[in-house]
Amino acid sequence: MTPDHPRTLTSARTHVRRRVLRAGALLPVITLAACGPTDTAPAAPAAGAAKKLVIGFSASQTGSLNKESKEQIQGLQLWLEHTKKAGGVKLKSGTLLAPEIKYYDDESKADRVQALYTKLITDDNVDVLISPYGSSLTQTAAVVAEQYGKVMVTTGAASDTTMEQGYKNIFQLYTPASRYLTGSIDLLAKLDSSLRRVAIVHEKERFSTDAAEAAREYAKGKGHEIVMMEGYDTGTVDFGPFINKITAARPDAIIGGGHFQDGTTFAKQIAEKKVPVKYVALLVAPPEVAFAEIGDAAQYIIGPSQWEPTARYTPESAAAAKVPWYGISVAEYTKEYTTRYGYEPGYHSAGGYSAGLMFQKALLELDAVDGEKLRTALAKQDLMTFFGRTKFDQAAKTFGKQMGHEMVYIQWQKDTAGKAIKPVIWPLEGKSADAKLRPTT
Amino acid sequence: MNIEALAASSLDGVMLGFVYGIAAMGLTLIFGIMKVINLAHGPLIMLGMFAVYLLNTQLGINPYVGLLIVMVASLGVGVALYHVAVRRVIDAPELTTLLATFSVNLTIIGLATVVFTTTPRSLDVNLGALRAGSITLLGTKVVSVLIAVAVTAALYLFVQRTHTGKSIRAVANNRAAAELMGINTSGVLALSFGIGTVLAMTAGGLIATLFPFTVLAGGVYELKSFVIVVLGGLGNPAGALAGGVTLGLLEGVTTVSLPVSWVPVIEYVVFVLLLLVRPAGLFARLGR
Repeated sequence: MTPDHPRTLTSARTHVRRRVLRAGALLPVITLAACGPTDTAPAAPAAGAAKKLVIGFSASQTGSLNKESKEQIQGLQLWLEHTKKAGGVKLKSGTLLAPEIKYYDDESKADRVQALYTKLITDDNVDVLISPYGSSLTQTAAVVAEQYGKVMVTTGAASDTTMEQGYKNIFQLYTPASRYLTGSIDLLAKLDSSLRRVAIVHEKERFSTDAAEAAREYAKGKGHEIVMMEGYDTGTVDFGPFINKITAARPDAIIGGGHFQDGTTFAKQIAEKKVPVKYVALLVAPPEVAFAEIGDAAQYIIGPSQWEPTARYTPESAAAAKVPWYGISVAEYTKEYTTRYGYEPGYHSAGGYSAGLMFQKALLELDAVDGEKLRTALAKQDLMTFFGRTKFDQAAKTFGKQMGHEMVYIQWQKDTAGKAIKPVIWPLEGKSADAKLRPTT
Repeated sequence: MNIEALAASSLDGVMLGFVYGIAAMGLTLIFGIMKVINLAHGPLIMLGMFAVYLLNTQLGINPYVGLLIVMVASLGVGVALYHVAVRRVIDAPELTTLLATFSVNLTIIGLATVVFTTTPRSLDVNLGALRAGSITLLGTKVVSVLIAVAVTAALYLFVQRTHTGKSIRAVANNRAAAELMGINTSGVLALSFGIGTVLAMTAGGLIATLFPFTVLAGGVYELKSFVIVVLGGLGNPAGALAGGVTLGLLEGVTTVSLPVSWVPVIEYVVFVLLLLVRPAGLFARLGR
């Protein structure tokens, strides 16, 4: 494998130069690059005499999870910038911490994650960990973190399975996968109770399978007929014959999907083949702004989202829920992110920012960075931020599993000017527009 | 099994099979003429995808016009690759040429990963669709079939009817004898590698008009090309097209009949069975 060269996050010029150098390097170097370069990325230097707080993680800078992972990192980087601008994180003892991030490219591969998290813990001596993006990769990272007793906040990882292993150091930020699609079943019934035939198709990896299986049980419980339940391989690009098979099952609704790449392609090909279903709800892809790039094929597609810029989490809603409020507002976050990156944030980036916030809030209650005390502080956390409520399960078997956070559902529609928008359409109390059924003619 | 779904998927599979066939034709042509198993075939397919993509997104060139440009340019790419990586080892044992082309594979993938990363890309090509019941014929797929057929016909006419084509056949038959007859065998081999590259990059360009892709996408089609080459008979371009269509049909039918996870299993079982039972391929006599 390629040796791990450090690079400064903020130094784009150095990064470009390195790319050019890599491109011109000798064959063995290029060959190793093909196997997957790894980059260490320490953040900007700590301010003054503040003590470093190194947050380690692996990121899918390349590979199929690149899109979502990039958003997650951008959110975390924004938190880092905000925290540094505020002078760092001040512990109860008065000690000032200057957070830094250190990460490597995991190429969207679990075997890389295992090696990289071991390296982050043993070689880089990071203080705390954040998960990679994706449940499959996070499952691997969680095993390593648990082995070394290192506290890890998982974001971009909703699998239930990972959080049902009795781990003691893993804290889940996202609503678990088992609750991803259940709301879409409720919404379907609310829209038209005669639509009973449901096809559940999903990417065959841990998160999507967890979400699809939970949706199947929930839909069955609500009296729906599951006319098809089938997985497709990660990386599938030709859904043509698969869609023919779905069409033959004559569903009223298609529910499932996987991640951004396959979800976007699937939605596009459903539209190309004019599949006569009235309701399509897919995981992960629809809430992303880039989903709109498939044009009219995006219309009427529904997606569960961990967070939306139109979410109504406020200090008032925190007070109503009788939990403390912490951090910036939804409007501030949306504005800051949009200014920094040039487009509106999605939930993956919000998750990245929130992971930083969670550590920050927990550290405020400590005298020093101590793994065991940090674990206890996180476990007790029950608060509301711009991302929503976070509260962790305390049961031994499901310790750290997210209990407080709730999903919202968006649907791609057009506004009066014909512009594609994605209003929140469920739950009813949080909706900013009414949900619509797909036209089938 | 639903008959409508079976018909629709069979048609989808057959149409895609023509593109598979073009990709495999490049692989089998190079092997048939110079006995080189080109492990750089997948990256060359990927280069075709990115070339059409970049011409479209950076210069605004229509993907099909871009494809024509890529077809011309890829001949030069192939000839250059031959001289850089293959010519010196052409008479070495097969393992040497295998390693040489594998090095090219790693080099191209490495460079492409550095430059483009593995972020998925896609072209927005919409040529409408013809519909009849549950059958949908996408315009992009119909055009791909037409281009694949046109390329195959052009290749056939070139090899059968032109002087250079006859030279290629002579070199494929007996290189030493062809050289004694005054044929510039080195030039013919370079041209043949170039033509194989044209076919690979053309297939890549066509695939880019159909599906999203990454720098690693060529590998999938390279593997399919090997299965098709075995189906069609090693070194037999016409058999490769027939093999491509057969594999496409197999994929379409299998997807409807079994869980989709079984599709690659069935493909590679067929691959192994053919190697055991009929190593010359199902279409060994076609186009010989």
